[in-house]
Amino acid sequence: MAFESTEKAKAYWSENLRLMLSLLAVWFVVSYGCGILLVDVLNTVNLGGFKLGFWFAQQGAIYVFVALIFVYVAKMNALDKKYNVHED
Amino acid sequence: MDLQTLTYIVVGATFALYIGIAIWAKAGSTNEFYVAGGGVHPVANGMATAADWMSAASFLSMAGLIAFMGYDGAVYLMGWTGGYVLLALCLAPYLRKFGKFTVPDFIGDRYYSQTARTVAVICAIFVCFTYVAGQMRGVGVVFSRFLEVDVTMGVIIGMVVVFFYAVLGGMKGITYTQVAQYVVLITAYLVPAVFISIMLTGNVLPQLGFGSDLLAEPGTSVLAKLDGLVTELGFNEYTDGSKSTVDVFFITAALMVGTAGLPHVIVRFFTVPKVSDARISAGWALVFIALLYTTAPAVASFARLNMIDTINGPAGQGTAYAERPQWIRNWEKTGLIGFSAADEAVSAKGPAGEQLAQDGVMFYSNDERNNMKIDRDIMVLANPEIAGLPNWVIALVAAGGIAAALSTSAGLLLVISTSISHDLLKRNLMPNITDRQELTYARIAAAVAICIAGYLGINPPGFVAQVVAFAFGLAASSFFPAIIMGIFSKRMNKEGAIAGMVVGITFTAGYILAYKGVFFEPLIANTPENWLFGISPEGIGTLGMLLNFIVAFTVSRVTAEAPTEVQDMVESIRFPKGSGAATHH
Repeated sequence: MAFESTEKAKAYWSENLRLMLSLLAVWFVVSYGCGILLVDVLNTVNLGGFKLGFWFAQQGAIYVFVALIFVYVAKMNALDKKYNVHED
Repeated sequence: MDLQTLTYIVVGATFALYIGIAIWAKAGSTNEFYVAGGGVHPVANGMATAADWMSAASFLSMAGLIAFMGYDGAVYLMGWTGGYVLLALCLAPYLRKFGKFTVPDFIGDRYYSQTARTVAVICAIFVCFTYVAGQMRGVGVVFSRFLEVDVTMGVIIGMVVVFFYAVLGGMKGITYTQVAQYVVLITAYLVPAVFISIMLTGNVLPQLGFGSDLLAEPGTSVLAKLDGLVTELGFNEYTDGSKSTVDVFFITAALMVGTAGLPHVIVRFFTVPKVSDARISAGWALVFIALLYTTAPAVASFARLNMIDTINGPAGQGTAYAERPQWIRNWEKTGLIGFSAADEAVSAKGPAGEQLAQDGVMFYSNDERNNMKIDRDIMVLANPEIAGLPNWVIALVAAGGIAAALSTSAGLLLVISTSISHDLLKRNLMPNITDRQELTYARIAAAVAICIAGYLGINPPGFVAQVVAFAFGLAASSFFPAIIMGIFSKRMNKEGAIAGMVVGITFTAGYILAYKGVFFEPLIANTPENWLFGISPEGIGTLGMLLNFIVAFTVSRVTAEAPTEVQDMVESIRFPKGSGAATHH
């Protein structure tokens, strides 16, 4: 057992799940929300020559995807250290 | 120097580079052949994953598709990038900790069942073959257009090059060649895009350029100009789509989930040394992919604008066929562009188009004035020529297209050979073979797979384009749910997983076959009115995935939980500590 106790193992897993689900919520909002479901509403806003909904669908969502993975990596590495389950 | 000589030199130089790398990275064991010894740096792996992922379709066809689809093209842009978020957060680190070679390895061990393993092997092989046939075809098309050898010869040259580094080097050779191929393909994609962005808008970044004002018309952005132009010509507004919202939603989801379930992408995360490397590696992969995927919509809008401007002329009244530019002459030979007065396979859309054609005037529109045929696949290749860029840029684009096709083929061929030598022979039929024998079988399987892929490239079955929907649909409705539940639900058992996979695949395959036929005449006309909930066959994998989850969950509640040792194994893949290099057992 890599964890000090079963409680620690449970706590690690639930923190992991909470992080994952909150990042996936952002993932869903920028792509399916801003890029698809709300595209017509956002298209009434113009940003730097782009209709905002169109911009999310063809540019913005992709930038957010990249950022999400790097946030996840940083947070998970910190979480692994906190519970002492990181690799040597 | 003329274009053809220059193209020979550039393409020849890249081939020499790939073969050089293959000799340097020769594989000595199955560990090196399957997962490159598990010692690939995460940034290098990210680059290799990007090259592996971005196929001839991404490089050659995607911008062309977007140019004609406008907003709807977002299904590909978001669908083929969003899957990496799922990979990084839900799959890659856990599968890396699991530490085996292949996806069927995981399915077979996690669900303690040879049946599950066999279903996974068959799906993996089917998905990879449908994909690889298209790649070989892409190599052939680039060769025939730029080097004036016929498609068959082009495919054979491509086969020889892939044979060299895939059979010799396995995953190790493929990984380092893919790094080189990424550099070639991204340079080839960005250089013309930057050039054209500067020419049209003065903006160096194409990502900003397609929202910037045109130099020729201050106050009007590229997209605004395009919107006005295409509506005038009878097309849908460029920034507004023609697909229904529900269909866009389901197609995007099917492509995302399918991406995360594709075996040749997943297997790349077995090659890095640590679990934390698998996470960051997915991040780097997406950075390298995003570089092309955020440029593609810009290329699409520039290409559409330039093409309309060239054919219809600055005044929008059409231009004389007799004075057509060189790029139209070049592509006419391939049959991918046609003018109704000169090509009997092309007919004008209406009387106005016929009248113009009789006067020798070309006009491109979506109403009765149209008398041109333009295949959307030529957009990326023709774009530098349309914009009048120098020959070395065109030669570079040809080399980039070949790099994209070769890198994806090699990754797919490796999965096929691994599925046969490892999953089918070693883990199933011939468990007693030595590492050395297994390596020989892997090489033979790779060689045979290349020959079959080459044959399919030369004699493409009519349904290649349709089976791509199949590949993503099957990956989405089979692998993805099975892997996710294998990690996140400890009690999920083999009965649930197998039932889920069978229902998911049967439903998805049945739906696609009913509307697309593929092997026979479609049973139902493939029109939006006939679709279930308005979901097209391209997007049905999402529904198949949901069914898989529901069936698996229900069945697993009425049957016995997974055995304790399996639950302990699931427990152990949920944290990074103690990961070793990927191994047999």
